[in-house]
Amino acid sequence: MSGYKNTGYEVVIGLEVHVELNTATKIFCSCSTAFGAAPNTQVCPVCTGMPGVLPVLNQQVLEKGVAVGLATNCTITQQCKFDRKNYFYPDLPKAFQTSQLYLPICRNGFVEIETEAGAKKVRIHEIHMEEDAGKLNHEAQSGSTLIDYNRCGVPLLEIVSEPDMTSADEVLAYLEKLKSTLEYLNVSDCKMQEGSMRADVNLSVRKVGAAELGTRTETKNMNSFKAIARAIEYEIFRQIEVLEDGGQVQQETRRWDDEKGIGYAMRSKENAHDYRYFPEPDLAPINISDEWLAEIKQTIPELPDQKKERYVQEYKLSGYDAAQLTRYRRLAEIFESIVQLGGGPKEAANLLIGDCLRLLNADGKEAADLTLAPESLAALLKLVAAGTINKTTAKNVFERIYADNIDPVAYVKENGLEMVSDDGALDAMIDEVIAANPKSVADYQGGKKAALGFLVGQIMKATKGKADAGKVNAKLAEKLK
Amino acid sequence: MQYETAAQLRQAYADGQTTAAAQTEAYLAQIAKYDKVYHCYNVINEQAAEQAAEFDKNGDKSGALAGVPVAIKDNLATEQMTTTCSSKILEGFVAPYDATVVQKLRAAGAIILGKTNMDEFAMGSTTETSYTGATKNPWDTAHVPGGSSGGSAAAVAADEAPMSLGSDTGGSIRQPCAYCGLTGIKPTYGAVSRYGLLAYGSSLDQIGPIAHDVRDCATLLQVIAGYDEKDSTSIKDVNFDFTAALQDSDLRGKKIGLPLNYLGEGLDAEIKAAILAACRQFAALGAEICEFEMPMIEYAVPAYYIIACAEASSNLSRYDGIKYGYHPESFRDLEDLYLTARSEGFGLEVKRRIMLGTFALSSGYYDAYYQKALKVRALIKQEFDKAFAQYDAILSPVAPTTAPALNSSLSDPLAMYLSDIYTVSVNLVGIPAVALPCGMAANGLPIGMQLLGRNFAEENLVKLANAYQTSTDWHNKRPQLKEAE
Repeated sequence: MSGYKNTGYEVVIGLEVHVELNTATKIFCSCSTAFGAAPNTQVCPVCTGMPGVLPVLNQQVLEKGVAVGLATNCTITQQCKFDRKNYFYPDLPKAFQTSQLYLPICRNGFVEIETEAGAKKVRIHEIHMEEDAGKLNHEAQSGSTLIDYNRCGVPLLEIVSEPDMTSADEVLAYLEKLKSTLEYLNVSDCKMQEGSMRADVNLSVRKVGAAELGTRTETKNMNSFKAIARAIEYEIFRQIEVLEDGGQVQQETRRWDDEKGIGYAMRSKENAHDYRYFPEPDLAPINISDEWLAEIKQTIPELPDQKKERYVQEYKLSGYDAAQLTRYRRLAEIFESIVQLGGGPKEAANLLIGDCLRLLNADGKEAADLTLAPESLAALLKLVAAGTINKTTAKNVFERIYADNIDPVAYVKENGLEMVSDDGALDAMIDEVIAANPKSVADYQGGKKAALGFLVGQIMKATKGKADAGKVNAKLAEKLK
Repeated sequence: MQYETAAQLRQAYADGQTTAAAQTEAYLAQIAKYDKVYHCYNVINEQAAEQAAEFDKNGDKSGALAGVPVAIKDNLATEQMTTTCSSKILEGFVAPYDATVVQKLRAAGAIILGKTNMDEFAMGSTTETSYTGATKNPWDTAHVPGGSSGGSAAAVAADEAPMSLGSDTGGSIRQPCAYCGLTGIKPTYGAVSRYGLLAYGSSLDQIGPIAHDVRDCATLLQVIAGYDEKDSTSIKDVNFDFTAALQDSDLRGKKIGLPLNYLGEGLDAEIKAAILAACRQFAALGAEICEFEMPMIEYAVPAYYIIACAEASSNLSRYDGIKYGYHPESFRDLEDLYLTARSEGFGLEVKRRIMLGTFALSSGYYDAYYQKALKVRALIKQEFDKAFAQYDAILSPVAPTTAPALNSSLSDPLAMYLSDIYTVSVNLVGIPAVALPCGMAANGLPIGMQLLGRNFAEENLVKLANAYQTSTDWHNKRPQLKEAE
């Protein structure tokens, strides 16, 4: 069988990604956008939709929207405007969301992702600016619903892809690429758990080779990349099962429950809103001049793909290493600082990709949270290069730098972690271990090569890990010949 | 009242012959005496006397309206009084902020008397759709004062205020001025900040002055006009200065266009005669009257009602009975709360326009209605651009009849909409217009005319109107007021 995981079906996925922009103030008023404040403390008559108020566009939102468009190869709509999307819901105090339908700020772009089959372009249909809604807090105890308008009017970009993805892996690669691009542009925190990045998945399946697209569903409410992957897998197999049982997929909006690992239908197409979009008369049409566009272009930094290319060329890193380093802006910054301070590129890459990302992963943190100083890492690499400490010690020292940003030179000195390089002392220790472990010596000499490892381990232990493991290996082998 | 106009009052105040407190109390007494009859006000500013006394003591007397009492329409947000748009759905609503024009009035030294009655959410031409009851025309209480700014106009006509603010979405300042024998200005769209004006049709609404003569209107307009960073549609660098316009009544070299098709079928003969007499007066002042045609006017009313209702259907969606105003006592669930609050909170005419607008924006109808209306709007604009390439102003009637009798309009909404034929295209195009009295009908009711100008030609329009008023005295006529029995 061919198709997705040999099911005989292929999968078609398009994404609507909502990104909260990291402007200091809201899109149409000067209230703060800070996350986590007490309910209704960051509100004013404008963002609570009081009668008679009018919106004033935050220029930063426009600039950030344009920057994202340029970074994702979009055409910028230089004459754009806002529209009203009308619907009733208590989290939307004006009963319309100011959004863009007819002339979105960006159109016809793409991002490139890596797949098993090589590089692939995921096309971007459009990017539009809009305002976020408030938050409803349902109180189970009293049965009442409380409304928090703090989030009301926080600026959002909605990035709408074409249905170009065919698996959860491709979706994750696309999201990673978007996230890293947005991070580089410094336009969003992209924290899914705080809701500053959200993705709705439009998904359909069809028999391999079928000309027509299948009926699609839209799945919402995933708050991590892992949840998105799980929700996609679930939905793919749910749809295949429906079709295999002779049924029809319903066009509907579905909600993912990550704890239970299931999705369920929220509302069907029949109940779909008629949003009655029309041009927002309270905001003048926007004109982005060629000069302004050029200015924004100037502010766009080197993006992940360009950086990756340069790392391969300039530092002779592997494509994989370069991709890992450039995925997070902060990581790339630290890497470049280390190299500038004289650290070896390959060694710096190993340290950051191996040790640093491992620790971040274990802590559930992101590279943006890193507080360590590149100077400390450069000093650490110099200690290794000079043969002052061995790799085992280096790993331990790195963990101390990661946690407390200690000064590696002082730390190594204070704790006597320098490598044991005195041949006489080392020879004596090796002789002691040989004498204390006759069985292992006999095993090794009897042909069990693995026994050597045990003896090396004993010697390293005796030196508290400070010996040069290569040297110990060579000397031991020589003595037992 | 002791002083005929705000200008006279202001002068007396400057000369130390009166105080803000005395004037405010005189108007409050007038309101107490007559408002039971005319019902111009929804709410009186209970602090008005106190604020006037405080102004006499510590206020900045240099403002253009120092010590002048002013009435404002009940769709302008005020922190100290309720703002209801004469609608049950905004019962008891007090805004958490003051409209920009309210701040500007205070800064200029004005004392706000109260909030005037209006058609509910400014939807109507008679002030009969008000939830608080109809306002009566001070010239004849059996007739309407016009609308939607009927309370603002009647208050000035009944001497319950020397001047007032109204709002004009399709004629809502000009038509009540015509019906009540007053002068009013609908400013260029963007000349006056709409921040704090409870919206009806956002792309059409403008706040403007109502007074006995154009001199007072010009003073009030100069106070409220100007760029406001809180209103993205307000225009930068608006700095009206009417001093010169009010001094010079030589109209030689001015060309006034008279669209003949505005004088055709449907227009009262008396009004037509008054307009033609006004033309002769302008000619006598030196202006050249040029007859021409504006055929697109035929499409103005339908285009206007589609655009205004579409915008209104969205603007009025926020009134849902949850956050402020009318809240139904019982409801089953969220949807029932919306249905009950809006069914019980809005009046018939408002519901009619919300439904019209909702329909016009609905999927499948948008192109046929809203989009087409926008095209008509663009064509009408072209026609006005063409006219203003040749004329300094256009002279036209304001309404086809004098003020209709009470209870005669609402039963036939289509006929009521059609009576807006002379006023709505001004709002569709955004241009300024001045309405001013130009005659009296045999039934004792005033007749008005309007002068239309190109964008930001307010100074020119004020000059024309002032020249007319300097040489005529229609604006000096006053109704015989009557007290409650």
